[in-house]
Amino acid sequence: MSDRKFSVIGTDQVRKEAPDKARGEAIYADDIRLPRMLHGRIKRSDYAHARIISIDTSAAEALPGVKAVVVGSEAPQKYGIVPQAPTETAMAIDKVRYHGEPVAAVAATDPDIAEKALDLIEVEYEPLPVYVNTHDAIAEGAVALHEDNKYGNIAYQARQEFGEVDKAFEESHLVIEKTYKTSYVNHVFMEPHSAVARFDDNGDLRMWSSTQVPHYLHTMLSKVMDMPMAKIHVTVPNVGGGFGGKGEASNNELIAALLSRKARRPVKVIYSRREVFLQHRGRHPIEMKVKMGVDKEGYITAIDYDGLMDGGAYGAWGIIILFYTAAMLHLPYKVKNVRFFGRRIYTNKPTCGPMRGLGGVQPRFALESMMDELAIKLGMSPYELKLKNAIDKKHVTVSGVHVRHSEYKKCLEEVVSESGYLDKHGKLPFGKGVGLAGGYYISGTAYTLYMSYKPHSTALIRLDSESGVTLQCGATDIGQGSNMVLAMMCAEKLGLPYESIHVISGDTKNAPFDLGSFASRVTVAAGSAVCEAADKLIEQILPIAGVALGCRADQLAVGNGEIYSIYEKEIRMPFWDAVEKYIAAHGPLSATGSYTPPRRTGDFKGGNVGHSPTYGFTAHVAEVDVDTETGEVKVVNYNEAGDCGQPINPLSVEGQVEGSIVMAMGQALYEEIKMTPDGRLMNPNLHDYKVPTMRDIPNIKTLAVESYDEDSPFGAKEAGEGPIQPTIPAILNAIYDAIGVRFTEMPVTPEKVLAALAAKGQE
Amino acid sequence: MKKIITLNINGDDYDLAIKPTDFLVDIVRDTVGLTGTKKGCNIGDCGACTVLVDGRPILSCLTLAMSVVGKKIKTIEGVADGPELDPVQQAFIDKGAIQCGFCTPGMILSTTALLERNPAPTEEEIKHGLAGNICRCTGYVKIIDAVKHAAVLKTKEGTDVR
Ligand code: FES
Ligand code: FES
Repeated sequence: MSDRKFSVIGTDQVRKEAPDKARGEAIYADDIRLPRMLHGRIKRSDYAHARIISIDTSAAEALPGVKAVVVGSEAPQKYGIVPQAPTETAMAIDKVRYHGEPVAAVAATDPDIAEKALDLIEVEYEPLPVYVNTHDAIAEGAVALHEDNKYGNIAYQARQEFGEVDKAFEESHLVIEKTYKTSYVNHVFMEPHSAVARFDDNGDLRMWSSTQVPHYLHTMLSKVMDMPMAKIHVTVPNVGGGFGGKGEASNNELIAALLSRKARRPVKVIYSRREVFLQHRGRHPIEMKVKMGVDKEGYITAIDYDGLMDGGAYGAWGIIILFYTAAMLHLPYKVKNVRFFGRRIYTNKPTCGPMRGLGGVQPRFALESMMDELAIKLGMSPYELKLKNAIDKKHVTVSGVHVRHSEYKKCLEEVVSESGYLDKHGKLPFGKGVGLAGGYYISGTAYTLYMSYKPHSTALIRLDSESGVTLQCGATDIGQGSNMVLAMMCAEKLGLPYESIHVISGDTKNAPFDLGSFASRVTVAAGSAVCEAADKLIEQILPIAGVALGCRADQLAVGNGEIYSIYEKEIRMPFWDAVEKYIAAHGPLSATGSYTPPRRTGDFKGGNVGHSPTYGFTAHVAEVDVDTETGEVKVVNYNEAGDCGQPINPLSVEGQVEGSIVMAMGQALYEEIKMTPDGRLMNPNLHDYKVPTMRDIPNIKTLAVESYDEDSPFGAKEAGEGPIQPTIPAILNAIYDAIGVRFTEMPVTPEKVLAALAAKGQE
Repeated sequence: MKKIITLNINGDDYDLAIKPTDFLVDIVRDTVGLTGTKKGCNIGDCGACTVLVDGRPILSCLTLAMSVVGKKIKTIEGVADGPELDPVQQAFIDKGAIQCGFCTPGMILSTTALLERNPAPTEEEIKHGLAGNICRCTGYVKIIDAVKHAAVLKTKEGTDVR
């Protein structure tokens, strides 16, 4: 590590927008107010599954103050994040598929008038059978939600097999098979979706929206509005969190655009918290039948996975998540024989989609629980079993996934020693326990949904002696701090202070293309693009400085705001003087960089999903107290050790990890959307849907293990989605250690704990 | 059917035409234009809309604007008086307690009220005092650090003045 001396990378920089946020001056989409702006509201269906017979909007249109009413048939173009298989329309057309689906929308001068107008819209329905669980939806004779879908209510299904699974099970020393169920959970970012649309007389559309993916929104708007992309300009103001939930176009964005075109006035459409639950795109509940075997020494022999994913009403990111789930079975352990069978089912529920750590969280829960169980049955420490099976620094899976850099073993070792796991596991009094689990995530993504082979990330840096450094990049800061990370990389490269880098991001006209902020791709992908652009700038400036200094360019370097000779101290000049000379001689100084992950694909279905340039790893130990009287589980201590490569900003990495842990803890112990049999949400609010509050959190200690991925920009990897993977099984393994009960269904509520304890007592 | 009332917000009087059913959050955000107060749920579950009324934190989405006539309302925009940031704001910035920032105004106001009542809170007291403010980004760890740091900064500030 001696040759790596950074001046900006690895320091705790403060985010530039933080003071604005602390003063309440940061602008989010709902804070935008335009002259003549109208307020849009959405009429939503009263049935979870029904044919629409008629919609009468005449009374709503006649209400004074109402300026436009739109219905689904006015925008019949289907859209979806997977361009080959779009399933959604801006509003329902002939049929509604979940309770609360948009059927019409109103723009009025005042939100109250818009609400009143919604009541005046008459919709006649012919109800159809409602399926709120996957088994009913695929039962013989079930009515298909999507008539044009080939396989009834099976949206997608896939099989993959590597090695000789059956043979491996036969030769195993110990095999266990179990069914695990995960719950229906929402991201609960704090800012509800908000969008403002404005058309001008050139027919150009401006949109400001709380999205993670301005470029995808851009393409969807073009499709649904049936207008050229060049006439649409999407800008992302500050975004109040996303976690995947703002990772595709949402109805409010499309509806705002439709209303605005019709009224020829700006329109804002914001969601209530209930509507956020209806837009949903949260984690897929999966019923997983999993079989895992080990040999005498505890080496994993085979994994067989059969998962039934509850997808909700529409396709959304479903197929990608299905294949990600398949890919996630192969790491972070060495497994030679793997079988995957997955189905994603349409049900009459708000649609599931990408949520932090997508594809990984559910199988991780099953696999890490099983490994714990197998180890204990073998009379071995779960730590020993996991360490034995953990991948080495480099690894290629049977499915052909190349891991170029891993410090997973270090994560296990360090988290175990930090937490005192070995002294506690199996040794604490009844009611107290510790649990260990590991995980990983992709970093930089390879598979593009955007069906073109242009680079996934691009950056443009402009140096100007008057306006300074401007870094333009399509990556979108949704609160995770990507602007800061990219500015830090740019500053390090150019040898300038972090404060001097001005970032323009999240804008389809003012920043070059980027796929968006999801799947932990920004640090590696956009970071690489930024580094390439900065390198090109330096290449352009050094010859000019060389002439000025009377020295060869290849003996010069940048740093501390200067250009200097690496051999002779006195040969140096201010960086900005060289820039000025360059511009005087050649005109504007700018450079672009781009990044496309190396293309690797397996030659099997879905083989291009889950391959990533690099991977982040993490291991967790949870310590719990189970109150045997009330059934309440309290996580008291929590340790994490992560391999995110070189942390660009350690404070920020800690923040990502801590946020991940607490979010997953909510899913393990409290969170679940409940439904009535006729498809209504029972708890679409933050009173009845419980997320962790400050009072619930354990003592959390995170650490970054020494790590540097030579092929990544500044050695960095992801830190925002890997750390959510192991939390659920770490907590559940700790509960087993505490009370001897293995929970296979989430969330582990006090009622479930009491019931399990009572059942145990009876044995 | 609207009535003219006067609200004192961040030390300034505003004459406002309001309906008796208007909630404070909407008046502050839409009528007065102070959009720093956030709306995360609008039904009293998240704390994003917290403002101070006579120094006490209240949820402005559950408070009728009429009911706070004659009281002193402080929103996030009134926390820093002029160019200098308040120690609570500075602590949130320095300790990495701000990610997306949507919970931040409410958190800062709840912290301000907490430190007013209890200048040196324990960790338990902090957790108790801020339990009504939901943050989904940070996992709260850095926010607790920030509150502790703010307490230190504020005490220092107090001694400097004396
Ligand atoms: S907006 Fe008032 S408590 Fe959530
Ligand atoms: S910083 Fe995003 S909700 Fe708290």
